[in-house]
Amino acid sequence: MSVTITGCGAQSAQPAATAGKAGGNLVVGITTDPDTLLPWKATQFQAVSVLQNIYGTLTEFDKDLAVVPGLAKSWEASDGGKTLTFKLREGVKFSDGSAFDSKDVKFSLDKIKAEATGAVARTSLAAVTAVEAPDPATVVLRLSAPDAALPSNLAVVNMAILSSDDTEQSLMKTPNGTGPFALKERVASQSLKLARNDSYWGDKAKLDTVEMRVIPDENSIVSAMQSGNVNFAVFNSPLVAKTAAGPNMSVAKTPQLSYHALQLNAQRGDLKDVNVRLAIQCAVDRQQVLDTAALGEGEVTGPVTSPAFKSNADDRPCPKRDLSKAADYLSKAGKKDGVTLSTIVSQGEYATSVDEAQNLKSQLAEAKITLNVEVLESGAFVTRWKAGDFDAAVALNGGRPDPDGMYGRYFTSTGNLNKVAGYSSPALDALFAEGKASTDPQKRKDIYAKVSKELENNAAWVWLFTSFTYTTTTSSVQGFVPMANGSLQYLRTTTIN
Amino acid sequence: MFQTLVHNPVLRRVGGAAGTLLGVAIFVFIMLRAIPGDQITAGLGTEAAALTPSQQAALERYYGLDQPLIVQFFSWLGNLFTGNLGFSSRSQQSVLDLTVRSLPVTFELAVLAIILALIIGVPLGMLGASRPDSPRDAVSQAVSLAGLSVPAFLLATTLLSVFAASYGFNPNGRGFAALTADPLLNLQQMLLPSIVLGFGIAAPIIRTTRTAVLEIRSNDFIRTARAKGVPERRLQFRHVLRNSLVPITTMTGLQFGYLLGGAVVVEQIFSIPGIGRQVLLGIQQKEYALVQSTVLVIALSFVIVNLLTDLLYRVIDPRVRAS
Repeated sequence: MSVTITGCGAQSAQPAATAGKAGGNLVVGITTDPDTLLPWKATQFQAVSVLQNIYGTLTEFDKDLAVVPGLAKSWEASDGGKTLTFKLREGVKFSDGSAFDSKDVKFSLDKIKAEATGAVARTSLAAVTAVEAPDPATVVLRLSAPDAALPSNLAVVNMAILSSDDTEQSLMKTPNGTGPFALKERVASQSLKLARNDSYWGDKAKLDTVEMRVIPDENSIVSAMQSGNVNFAVFNSPLVAKTAAGPNMSVAKTPQLSYHALQLNAQRGDLKDVNVRLAIQCAVDRQQVLDTAALGEGEVTGPVTSPAFKSNADDRPCPKRDLSKAADYLSKAGKKDGVTLSTIVSQGEYATSVDEAQNLKSQLAEAKITLNVEVLESGAFVTRWKAGDFDAAVALNGGRPDPDGMYGRYFTSTGNLNKVAGYSSPALDALFAEGKASTDPQKRKDIYAKVSKELENNAAWVWLFTSFTYTTTTSSVQGFVPMANGSLQYLRTTTIN
Repeated sequence: MFQTLVHNPVLRRVGGAAGTLLGVAIFVFIMLRAIPGDQITAGLGTEAAALTPSQQAALERYYGLDQPLIVQFFSWLGNLFTGNLGFSSRSQQSVLDLTVRSLPVTFELAVLAIILALIIGVPLGMLGASRPDSPRDAVSQAVSLAGLSVPAFLLATTLLSVFAASYGFNPNGRGFAALTADPLLNLQQMLLPSIVLGFGIAAPIIRTTRTAVLEIRSNDFIRTARAKGVPERRLQFRHVLRNSLVPITTMTGLQFGYLLGGAVVVEQIFSIPGIGRQVLLGIQQKEYALVQSTVLVIALSFVIVNLLTDLLYRVIDPRVRAS
């Protein structure tokens, strides 16, 4: 069985062309500048946003996060899914003028896989046993087991294809990629300027330049937009977005992939009992958490947040808050008089964290569940979180377009974040393996719906809600398409008049 | 010989300053490491959980975190003496380069704020002292109270949003211009932040001026001068104000020192790339060398400002010179 996916040139990742004239400089307001210019190590939002526009990847996402061709114009699975053959686009150049071919792909994937590199997406290549480049326009990946999530995992900037002639040392200062823009100049913690890459393989960007200007305070960014100094910004705070609303501004709300959850550690104390965890699920009204902590700005959610695989948020033992059911579960666990647990929560990493914890505490108290809240500075929170050293954690975790990439590392018994997830089961292991082996999109959808149900029925965690991002533009800006992963890839279709 | 060393006032000051700086260095070094997390977790966030032990070890080697603390401390200190303040991996520049760019910015802001504060503070203080408990005294007291109690961030955001939204005046929304590159734009960008800072510092200057003037006025020599028929105006400026300058200078010097490290909030809101913001970014990113060296530079500036203040006394007050 083999599946061929072919894209028709660059248009596949482009929305409908917009009427806007080319040229000009777009000023984007950002609160902090990128903390690294190495795409393999970038996790910070600003770094990812900038590097996405400079570097290219084998596959890309369209606006709905479906996988479309990138530097690879097609790919084909064979050998029962254990071989993946990519046909590369020809005539592509890096921004320094050197040519791109299979040698660069092999170099990059081998480097990402090498432990010494410290690449953040290394685990996405866990199934890859060898990368072969039989000719300049072909790359073959040999897999130890089928991995249907691989094409999606290859589309993130952490999988950027670098030139085999470059070194980490040189790229830290002078990025060199195949993307629609190239870095023109950078003043540390002040600004960063991108210029259109005229040798880009797809439809050329319309803007001449994009200036990312560092304005540390979000309210100051709004002021700068009101006075016409800044044209574009992405806010996470609904309060800030509200102040930006005005006659010459438009604000677009996009649900995020990242999700707010009360993580439960099923390895600890009373939480080992599924009935205690279910009691917690039934005692929590997700909408109330959303309303009190985040002004109702967001949507209640199940585990999977990616548009293409979205979980039904009501598909769980307690779709609505049900205190009598919570009491039943507690007595089933032999804990009629209630249980006590403590949750860690970070202070300062995102605005709603402590409010969420306080609201959860008061809701659970009504079900005889005492939640002690331990507020930690974000560094201390991460240290405890990494070690799985908590009963519960109020967390905002990043999402991924592919549910396997999103949860495989948490909820399979061998996943590298399983200690943090605190839950795994043979059933889940089997489902994740099945999801990786299937290349049929509809079948994969059904499998991850089952994964989602399995997580909810066992109340592995309590998923709460997703927030919005608010893409704010002045009226002169057109043609930008916001995405659920917060990507700024559509700067390439943006115009300013 | 040793006796003279100990009693030489200049040497004593320099020794004291060196001790202060060493204390600051040790304190900052320890405090930074007492904060949980390091550059690895700051950079990777929760993704750091996915690191394998050998990746973790490689990163620790890269950032020099694998060395014992005592070794880290002395190698940093040793480097300082060769003019190497460390390297910021985030911005790919040496801390020295960053500091050379950011310190003058904060210095300029501090000077402008002090000038504004003196322009507001000294006349108001004298006005209040000229007739204590009168309506004009109440005005000067009210201004000083407002300066003390209105938080800088509130005044800053209010000014910024009022001027930007209502008048379209927002030079701070443009890219930062260095004084040497575009003096006019630079001064526009410094206007609102120096007003905010100056207003805050005007308060202690008003109070100091008022108290000093009142105290000097009650001295015998003023009464003698008045009896001898010295004109009132000349009496106020020549005798009273000149003698009040010592406490005012002390206060101004202190405030200036604070400003060098304490303008962080205003620098954040007005996007001024000064040294306060440099420290803040360093703390957020856990760039140890950056924070340690920058704090030390700030402390050194503070010490120098204090020394200069002391020298100024000698110019102003003949009695200090004599002692």
